[in-house]
Amino acid sequence: MSDRLFGVFGLALGAFYIWAASIIPDSFMSDEVGPRAFPYIVGTVILICSLIFILRPDAEPAWPTMHSFAEILFAGAVMFVYAWALPELGFLISTVFATAYLTWRLGTAPLWALVTGVCTSGGIYVVFHLILGLSLAKGPFGF
Amino acid sequence: METLANLADGFVIALTWQNLLLALIGCFLGTLMGALPGLGPANGVAILIPIAFSLGLGPTPALILLTSVYYGAMYGGRISSILLNIPGDEPAMMTCLDGYPMAQQGKAGEALTLSGIASFVGAFFATCGLVLLAPQLVKIALLFGPAEYFVLFTLAFATLGGISSTNQAKAAFAAALGLGIAMIGSDSQTGSQRFTFGEIHLYDGIDFLIAIVGLFALSEVFIFLEHHRGGAVGKSGAMNIGKLMPDLAMIKRCLPTMGRGTLIGFIAGVLPGAGASLGSFLAYSIEKSTVDRRGESFGKGDPRGVAAPEAGNNAASGGALVPMLALGVPGSGTTAVLLAVLLQLNITPGPLLFQKNPDVVWGLIAALFIGNVMLLALNIPLVGLFTRVLLVPTRILMPVVAMISFVGIYAITNSTFDVMMMVGFGLAGWVLRKLDVPMVPIILGILLGNEMEVNMRRAMTISDGDWGIFVSSPLSIILWAIAITGFVLPIFLGERMKKRMEASRPEEQINVGD
Repeated sequence: MSDRLFGVFGLALGAFYIWAASIIPDSFMSDEVGPRAFPYIVGTVILICSLIFILRPDAEPAWPTMHSFAEILFAGAVMFVYAWALPELGFLISTVFATAYLTWRLGTAPLWALVTGVCTSGGIYVVFHLILGLSLAKGPFGF
Repeated sequence: METLANLADGFVIALTWQNLLLALIGCFLGTLMGALPGLGPANGVAILIPIAFSLGLGPTPALILLTSVYYGAMYGGRISSILLNIPGDEPAMMTCLDGYPMAQQGKAGEALTLSGIASFVGAFFATCGLVLLAPQLVKIALLFGPAEYFVLFTLAFATLGGISSTNQAKAAFAAALGLGIAMIGSDSQTGSQRFTFGEIHLYDGIDFLIAIVGLFALSEVFIFLEHHRGGAVGKSGAMNIGKLMPDLAMIKRCLPTMGRGTLIGFIAGVLPGAGASLGSFLAYSIEKSTVDRRGESFGKGDPRGVAAPEAGNNAASGGALVPMLALGVPGSGTTAVLLAVLLQLNITPGPLLFQKNPDVVWGLIAALFIGNVMLLALNIPLVGLFTRVLLVPTRILMPVVAMISFVGIYAITNSTFDVMMMVGFGLAGWVLRKLDVPMVPIILGILLGNEMEVNMRRAMTISDGDWGIFVSSPLSIILWAIAITGFVLPIFLGERMKKRMEASRPEEQINVGD
């Protein structure tokens, strides 16, 4: 069933890709086959493979429970927020919370997770910014 | 002779204090990453690429650092295989079979030393093979025109999909997905915007580093979250390694084994799409059928069963560098990531690399020899240090890994949009891995997509729009034949072998790529 759904998704993706390829504007320069030929081939391969998924699906993969699934979605969401927060709050502050969240969800007690967050954030800041000189996100406070 | 002179030049380049230090750091980090289940060579190198670049290292030093990580990870994978029966990375899978029984008999230290020596032998002779074979392959590659290159890329996808995945359609889908992503951005030939839908962030295309770090490193973090695997991999009791040096008789008995393993592994590595996992698998099974036909000692702690797969795995990782450097077509997940390093440095691998940047190639090869000696020195006396790492709980380790990937990507792109895209790739990678869609063809597609299209269009311009050009030369017909065989044959033949490989795979299967 999962593979069939995936195949349907693939068909939609392939169709969308071919449509998006068909509206690629021409430019004043051109060559023999143009900018659309290769994307058409790619889109066709996607369509063919998706049809195979629908016709000959593999055995069902081991999907996690709703609980674990929510876990992953939340972690993803936290990472999105982290990316958004980087320039807003700066590297040090955002990293403390992002690390603490992940560490907590992997089974550390909340307080220790926060300690780990502070250590990780500080450690990365010292090693990568102060010693190696990488540019990290600067927040309103300059760190 | 010319080769020797080149190699000597390479040593001059590699033997500077900075490069030696980088090689040492790379070997050390690589062994650590290889030892930790969940961090293999592919994602280890992937995480370090952006960091190496933001440090502003030149091409040769950056390559030396990252290939040392690559070789180091191949050494490190065996540690947790032997001590815990959990492969540190995928190629170390076969080492569990005899390594763990040896550890249970109290011979963990001997197994570690022996496998370290086997790794050294495999990697050393494979690097020699690289020195001899790559220039020859370059001579052939110089005969390639655009049409042949297009077919060669197709061949790489076909064999990669055919040999290393369980479902050909999924491998083909993955390749198309990667190629499709590569098309995003402005077209290199005409300048038309493709698939950007007016989004300025997409005009330059999607940086392959974002995709690599997302698909390899971040999706691994999601897998850990899914299984709530937060504890330490190792238990303090199991870390007793006992006597380190095996007696000379044991080493002597294993020498022919190492020889065979090296040869088989090297060949498996050179073939596109096979890589180190297949190398160690073949080395083990062939060794078993040569010296232990009745199955009396293999699987019960035979030292030869430790030496063979380790020699094979390390020889294959050297062999896999041959097509990557000489043709620009990587044969495995990790070499695909190394290809990303070259592309990021604006170095086009392939025959011209040997002519235009001989310093890079030979400096790199010399660094491999030096790194290999360092690894042997690091891995035998200091093996106890690396086993300690296995005691660090993953609930702390994985978030740190995730944060370092964020730091790397942010440091080179300075863009929130790109970091979010990386998270997107991580989530997509998790779903695709659940559905058994291989990651390596996606990465390969993203890396090779533009080059493949450019060659196709050049060929079509040469032929004035006649598609026949792709089958017009004997060379391209041979390449097509190999591609089709490599893709189709495993459907009929591979079933049996894949089953055997699955059967010998320990339960905890936690790595992608190589």
